[in-house]
Amino acid sequence: MTTTLIDTASHQAGFENKLLMPAWAEVVKITPEAEGVTTFALRFTDPEVQKRYRWEPGQFNMLYVPGYGEAAISMSSDVSSSNGLVIHTIRQAASVTKATNRLRPGDVVGLRGPFGSSWPLEAIRGMDVVIACGGIGLPPLRGALYAIMREREKYGKVTLLYGARTPKDLMYPDEYETWNKAGIEVQATVDRGDETWTGRVGVVPMLFYHFRVDPHKTAVLTCGPEIMMRFVIYEALARRIPASQIYVSLERNMRCGQGFCGHCQMGPYFICKDGPVFPFNRLGPFFNVEEY
Amino acid sequence: MMNEKNLTIGSTVALPKAELDHLLADLRSNGYQTVGPRLQDECIVYKEIESLQDLPRGLLSEQKPASYRLIQTGQDRYFDFIPAGQSWKQFLFPPRQHLFSAQKNSSEVHAEGHTAGRNTKWQIKADDAPTPRYALVGVRACELAAIAVQDRVFMRSDFTDPIYRARREGLFILAVNCLHPNATCFCVSMGTGPRHKAGFDLCLTEMDDLFLVEAGSELGLSLLARRTYELPSAFVQTAANRATELAAGKMGRSLDTSDLPGVLTGHLDAERWNQVAKRCLSCANCTQVCPTCFCWEAFDKTDVLGNKTSRERVWDSCFNPNFSYVFGGNTRPNIRSRYRQWLTHKLGAWKGQFDVLGCVGCGRCITWCPVGIDLTEEVAAIRQEVKA
Repeated sequence: MTTTLIDTASHQAGFENKLLMPAWAEVVKITPEAEGVTTFALRFTDPEVQKRYRWEPGQFNMLYVPGYGEAAISMSSDVSSSNGLVIHTIRQAASVTKATNRLRPGDVVGLRGPFGSSWPLEAIRGMDVVIACGGIGLPPLRGALYAIMREREKYGKVTLLYGARTPKDLMYPDEYETWNKAGIEVQATVDRGDETWTGRVGVVPMLFYHFRVDPHKTAVLTCGPEIMMRFVIYEALARRIPASQIYVSLERNMRCGQGFCGHCQMGPYFICKDGPVFPFNRLGPFFNVEEY
Repeated sequence: MMNEKNLTIGSTVALPKAELDHLLADLRSNGYQTVGPRLQDECIVYKEIESLQDLPRGLLSEQKPASYRLIQTGQDRYFDFIPAGQSWKQFLFPPRQHLFSAQKNSSEVHAEGHTAGRNTKWQIKADDAPTPRYALVGVRACELAAIAVQDRVFMRSDFTDPIYRARREGLFILAVNCLHPNATCFCVSMGTGPRHKAGFDLCLTEMDDLFLVEAGSELGLSLLARRTYELPSAFVQTAANRATELAAGKMGRSLDTSDLPGVLTGHLDAERWNQVAKRCLSCANCTQVCPTCFCWEAFDKTDVLGNKTSRERVWDSCFNPNFSYVFGGNTRPNIRSRYRQWLTHKLGAWKGQFDVLGCVGCGRCITWCPVGIDLTEEVAAIRQEVKA
């Protein structure tokens, strides 16, 4: 009795082994931003992929450097005016991001994405917006800044609170004037000044003491080191801004972007697919638990 | 011999033991790789089996915290041991899986190939190994429940793991009802066993001289119909039912699941976490034997010049020190927070993520913990502490 019961060839149809397969993208332009921070403009080598690719500010890609591995990097540009290029501002910190130092225009890297949630640009229309970020926390918010600037009349007062270690570490300094002129009040601060610095010295949360907020109509978008965000949230809550109006972008170890690999979990959330942007009222019970 | 037309899904027949061998052969000739219990290193493991001859006989497993022993029963039954050291997870979610390989275009490989040359292009090639089609022989009720848990993890509506899905959809499940639970078993508490309800193709209850076999699917039915079998006598059927009922009463452990997510996730600062952290070695054994743990790591294996690379996925564990590493620090540097993450995920956050608890009560994490940490004891201790 060897009659065939099952068509063995058919059960695989439609399931290609494409888990974690990146699409290649060519490095078009490399711009140094600050010490150890570089912006890469990338274009998918497959025009079909390039055409289909859509993202929103706050989302990220898994960037693959062949031979080194992947790192989660958020898009750092203006959605509407990047000429179809994917722009990543990368701090060359650990093995994969350090390997991007070796890239030259014309080299290729792999991209998977976009993944994750985005900044709530629709939900916060009509509100005052405080964007509070530190160091490499500005690039994930830059797309949100430009989106707000494009529809500036749809938002109330917009304030950017930005801090870096030293004046040399401030990113996109040439753009602050444009932002100011477009109606975004830029408040920059540094941990340590130098001989040229005439601005503020101190940490980002302290900038809350230099302007007034109307808590009922203010939204806070924050991204940066967790210790900075902790105190940004503290200052915002102290001003009676509801937790549901404070949006936090979290960084965690990520391998897949799809809620499979398990690394980025915090309580019930996979930061990669349920985040990285969360309203703080959803994060509250877990965010303040040590080592959770 | 009964007429095949009288059989329907849900029918139970009495199958002579030797007929199971023919059934395995039938599965194999239909393209299935049959995997089942085998004896290796004084432990039952799940590996490829070619015939009934490969199955160990007359073995009972005696499992306790940090202890696994096989005992000769003097009988020649196949499925008295419970459960095997490994789970079936390895066949649907392989411990090591090649994803793709990439190679620099040969004309553009530079002599000093380790530095990325100008205009470096790569050829990428997806893993094209054919998906194995497995027939799992001897799946216990807790193990089938674990497969259902991983189905929810890997085959979601937003993202689906294509590797898992291809293997899962080709799967044949030959289930076995447990008759001899261990000291580490608590499937009754988790509502998963010891008796199978659904989700199998065929389900065996082993008697001394025959198998009672229930058909659970069309495929199972058609395989069964090709065998020589008899209608079970009322006596045999009653005896089998009685045996599985008795098994349910022989659970070595129990876990109170009432208010389970809350009792753990609401007490992340319990003193008990400090105490268990003093015993836990963070060795990750529990996550490797667990049939539902799903975390993995992916990395590149590169040749010495950096011209060729192969990307692989391997099992990871929340107990590994680098698991939560991001530049600048580790979210969970201490064993206390790692154990807490594991238990509050498995018996807590899992419910919110996948609408099911991540534990099926198989007890493997208790048996294979080198220091014998028992999650049922830990949960009970936290309950006690919270109440006090």
